Parts: sequence; structure tokens; C-alpha cells
Amino acid sequence: MPSNKSVSDASITQFVNCRILRDHRLQREDLWVREGRILDPEKLFFDEKGFADERVDCGGKIVAPGFIDVQINGGFGVDFSQPTAEVAAGVRLVGKRILEHGVTSFCPTLVTSPPSVYHQVLPQIAVENGGPCGAGVLGVHVEGPFISAGKKGAHPEKFLQTFSCPGLSDLLRTYGSLDPISVVTLAPELDHSASVVRELSQRGVTVSLGHSIANLSQAEDAVQHGASFITHLFNAMLPFHHRDPGIVGLLTSDRVPPGRTVFYGMISDGIHTNPAALRIAHRAHPRGQGFRSYRSMQIILHVPFSFPGLVLVTDAITAMGLPPGRHTLGQQVIEIQGLHAYVAGTKTLSGSIATMDMCVRHFRQASGCSVEEALEAASLHPAQLLGISHRKGSLEYGCDADLVMLDDDLNVRATYISGAEVWRRTT
Amino acid sequence: MKLIILNDYDQASEWAAKYIRNKLLLFKPGPDRYFTLGLPTGSTPLGCYKKLIEYYKNGEISFQYVKTFNMDEYVGLPREHPESYHSFMWNNFFKHIDIRAENTHILDGNAADLQAECDAFEDKIKAAGGIELFVGGIGPDGHIAFNEPGSSLVSRTRVKTLAQDTIIANARFFDGDLSKVPTMALTVGVGTVMDAKEVMIIITGAHKAFALYKAIEDGVNHMWTVSAFQQHPQTLFVCDEDATLELRVKTVKYFKGMMHVHNKLVETLQKKDKLLY
Repeated sequence: MPSNKSVSDASITQFVNCRILRDHRLQREDLWVREGRILDPEKLFFDEKGFADERVDCGGKIVAPGFIDVQINGGFGVDFSQPTAEVAAGVRLVGKRILEHGVTSFCPTLVTSPPSVYHQVLPQIAVENGGPCGAGVLGVHVEGPFISAGKKGAHPEKFLQTFSCPGLSDLLRTYGSLDPISVVTLAPELDHSASVVRELSQRGVTVSLGHSIANLSQAEDAVQHGASFITHLFNAMLPFHHRDPGIVGLLTSDRVPPGRTVFYGMISDGIHTNPAALRIAHRAHPRGQGFRSYRSMQIILHVPFSFPGLVLVTDAITAMGLPPGRHTLGQQVIEIQGLHAYVAGTKTLSGSIATMDMCVRHFRQASGCSVEEALEAASLHPAQLLGISHRKGSLEYGCDADLVMLDDDLNVRATYISGAEVWRRTT
Repeated sequence: MKLIILNDYDQASEWAAKYIRNKLLLFKPGPDRYFTLGLPTGSTPLGCYKKLIEYYKNGEISFQYVKTFNMDEYVGLPREHPESYHSFMWNNFFKHIDIRAENTHILDGNAADLQAECDAFEDKIKAAGGIELFVGGIGPDGHIAFNEPGSSLVSRTRVKTLAQDTIIANARFFDGDLSKVPTMALTVGVGTVMDAKEVMIIITGAHKAFALYKAIEDGVNHMWTVSAFQQHPQTLFVCDEDATLELRVKTVKYFKGMMHVHNKLVETLQKKDKLLY
């Protein structure tokens, strides 16, 4: 049953019997897809006299935009920071397996490494759209080496670097090329960081503050220059102090330029952040798009209706998806104990092994937020962070039809990329 | 005229929907025999549309061989505007049923030549063989479609400037801002609706009571254009108790007394009834 072909004669799929996440709420609406994009059915009806060729019955499930993970170091035995000739295959393997977690786009993340590793690994990572073979690669997240020795976490100290001069020459020398890079985590207290942040931002690269001992003022300066993300809030930065809140203070800073949102990544695996800290973070986030104002009796009430800056990340490491034991991360060895991953022989957390859907469920349960808020923290907000929300992270007309189908407990039942089913739960 | 009086809005909506359902089934539409339906917009018919959607979802009826003609559309409002009558019909009816777009007809308020658009609409109705059942509502000023007080009772589809009463009544759909309400509309004429084989007017709510009184207990008058249907051979007025508040007790008692007869029109059809035609 094709449409009248005035615009396209491609097949049209109608997802029925579902609740879709649109306009920040779950609504009982059908979702229409053509040529991998969300279609406006009213336009189809009146302009093209069109109708669906195929109907997919979602059985009453939730249909949300596919999750986007902007910080994932590997998984299933793959370590993105390992300099091998098999990097592309490793990225593909992880990309394929994370479909099971509802992730349809991701940023392979490299921890602090020597330049030789970046030179070998980065050229092998292709920025490309996802499909039946796996989630799409949006770009690489380089977490380091321009970070603070005092907050290196699991990063190897001997490969940390500072900026020798303003501008991007140190980065170009270290990474080889900035082309595949979409996020850079750096410590803003480093000398010359201002010009680095500015130039990276101008190139469209997302600058994130993390692994840093910066005070609030330094962090605010970095935001003024273009930084827009905080890497795993609370972890690898100075703790909140009432006389100097440090990077955490950005949540309520009044020096964030108007119209800009500072996003903050949170590892909601139940280990990296105490639930109370999670709640403090998302309740404290400042006025931005996140507040509705009601004028009542001369008082203006700012009521938070969402947590516009919160971005769920997995920060998953090689061992995610693997059984307990010892595994390699970057240039170091880590050890799995239950749900914890430590730098071998220490109690320093070296990353998480939680999956994105686990993080979404845990965040909802720990923070008491709504289903819509939890889903947006894993889809819309990372898309907004990366400046791609016009095509990813949303079910608005024209967006890529990357979808995750969930039950009411937010377990992933099926994943779609460009409107085609790429994974379905069989158990 | 048949005056059908139900207790409340929901019952009136259900009665009207069942009536349409039965009419459609008894007509036995098919690929060479389309059932032509005239349709209204506004808050009054919403309940009726919901019920029709329910009957479609139950498998009781199909709109595959139904052609629809809407009464009106605003002039100058973009078709995608949430308050356009195109949007109304899509969201409240078309998207929930199995009707094909090419069988729906709504006037285009953004046509380059508005009167030509109106004339073409009349031609389309003619080409479809006329309208079997025209469903409509009534404005607080007694208008049918946008045939405002003073409209000719033999008028055809044309451009009309909206009366102040209508603009005020519609402001609630435009954030209460009078300046945002369109001032002109394309509308079927009184004569256009009179040409239909049968007319069903749904009237609910106390705010419509005076208009109903003027429409059926006073004379035929172009100031209350719905009164024209006193001269139509097959008209039904489906209303709730509140809408009858301005009528004579005698009128209400008479028609309430006939409900047991009129209710036969909305009984679920048995197989044998459907085979009779």
C-alpha cells in the first residue's frame, strides 16, 4: 500500500500500540518511520495521501530515542586504548553488543595514553552511522592526557601532559589528528588551557572538565571559553567545599553565559556516586531551560521540571560484560570484584561495568525522577551536549529513527537503528 | 424533525455515534458505493468521534468506503497550526481510523483563489453523489458551520467573515487571545447542508439552550440559521438535558415520550437486519 509517491515511494512503517517519548512526556501515539527517519503522519496524510505499508505492534511498550553513551572505554574484552591492528574490529564488537543495552550511538573513549597509542588507534576508528552491525560511532572521547596528576584516578601518571603553549599544537602532536575527536576531557587549571578550550570549542569539539583540581573560578573561566561538560561529576575532582565548591559548583554557578547549559556526566551504577549525591546534583541544577516560573502573589516560583544538564554515562571498561577476574585497561591492569572494578592491588575505582540500561534504571530508582527524565538523561541530553539533537536523541519529525523499546521496568526489549530492528530480546 | 434528548453529553455523543454507525452499516458501502458523510469540528462532536473510533477498533465499522466532507476551515491559518480544522480532524478522527486521505475533503483556507476553492468543493460533493448524512453542531448564535446570523438560507460554500460571538467563542482555542483568532473562514452554505439526504445536529450544554429554542420553536429566520432545517424532510437534533433548558415543557415531554421509538434507530444491528438491504 504505497503512498502517492509525490515525495517518496519508500516504504513506510507505523509503530502502533506504544507510548512514545515526545515533548518530554510519554504519550500514546503512533510512530511513523520512512527512510530511516521519523515521519510526520499528518503531512503524509494531507500532502501525499499516504499511509503505512507495514505496522509494528509494540505491545503497549515504551518507545524512546536510542541511548547515547558519550563515555565508554570498551567492553566484552575490548579495550579501546589498546594499540593493536584490530581496533576497528574491537569498536565493531562493542558497538554490536551494546545494542542489547539500548545504546544506538556512542563515543569510544580513550584514557590517558602515550602519543604513539593515539597515532595508532585513532585513525582506525571511523565516525559512522549505526545499523544492523552495531551502534553508530559519533566520534572519539579522549579523556586525557591533559589532566591533573592529583586526580588521575586509574590513568597512568607517566603519560600525563601539560600544555607547553597556547593553541592546539600539543593536542595535534599528541593525538595526531582532531578529526575523529568529538569530546576532550581536560583539566582547566593547566596553563594555556583557556586558548585550548576556546579553539576546541570553535572547532565544534565538546570540551569537558574532569580529572582536575580546579577551583570554581578556574572552572567558570573554562565555561566562559566554551567548556560545556563535566566528566563524571564528583569523581576525579575536588569535593564540594562551602568556601570553594570547585567544579561541582558549576551546577549552581551564576557565571554560566545565558542560554548555555553546562552538562554533567554521571555514572549511575550504584557505586561511583552515592544516591544522595545524585539527588543533590540534579536538584541543584540552575535555571536554564529546566525551570517553569509561576508568578503567584508577587512571588516568582522557579519549579524544576526536568534536569536539563544531566547526562548518564557508563564509563564502562573492558570488563563490562565479562566474568570476574583481571583485565587490561589502557596501560594498567584492573580487577573485577562483584559489581566493582578496581585498579589491581588498590581500592581506586577504575571505571564501571554497568550497562547503560542498568544506569537508567538505577538513576530512576535512586533519584526518584520520572521515567521521562531518566530516559532523556540517556538520550536527549547527550545529543544536546554534542549538538546533534536535531537528528539524534529525540523522536521529533525528521530525526533519525534510532529507537529503544522498553517495558515498564525499563528493561530493553528491542533496539532499532534507522527504523530497522537491530536487536530483540529472545529470553 | 426528531428531537432526541439524552441525559448528558456522554450519552448524547454515544447516541449520535451509534446512529452514524447504523446508518453506515445499513448503507452497505463498497468500492462503487461510497457512504458520504458531512462532518463538523469543535468541542461538541469530540465525544461522538471518540465513540466512532471505538466502534472502528472493535471491528464493528470500517471507513474504507466512506467519503467525508468537512463543513469549514479557517482562512489564512497554516494547515499545520494545531488549531486548524485539518489538524483537528487528523488528531481527533482520521489518524485513529482506516480512512484514506483521498476520500477526505476539507476546504483549503490557504488556497490562492478562495471562491474557486469553494466552488470546487461544491463540485466534489456533486461528483460524490451528494451527502447521505450531514452531521453538524450549532453555535451560541444559532449558526450552522460558519453561516453567521444574516447568512442566506439558500447560501452555498463561500468565504465568510466571522461574527464577534464566534470569535469570542473560539478564543479559548487560541490561548484566550482574541487577536489570534482568524477572522475569516470558508464554509459550506445553509443550502449546501440542506441538499444532504439527512441532517443530524448535535447540541449539548446550557450555553446552547437559547440557540436550540430559536432553532426549533421559533420561526425560520436567517438570524438563527439552524432554523432552516425546519424545512428539511429528515432532520435529527441530538441533545442533552441542559440544551433543552429554554424549550417548552410540552416540547420536551413530547419528544422524551418518543425515545423508546427513536432508540430503535441505535440498537445494535442483528445479522438479519444487515441482510435486508
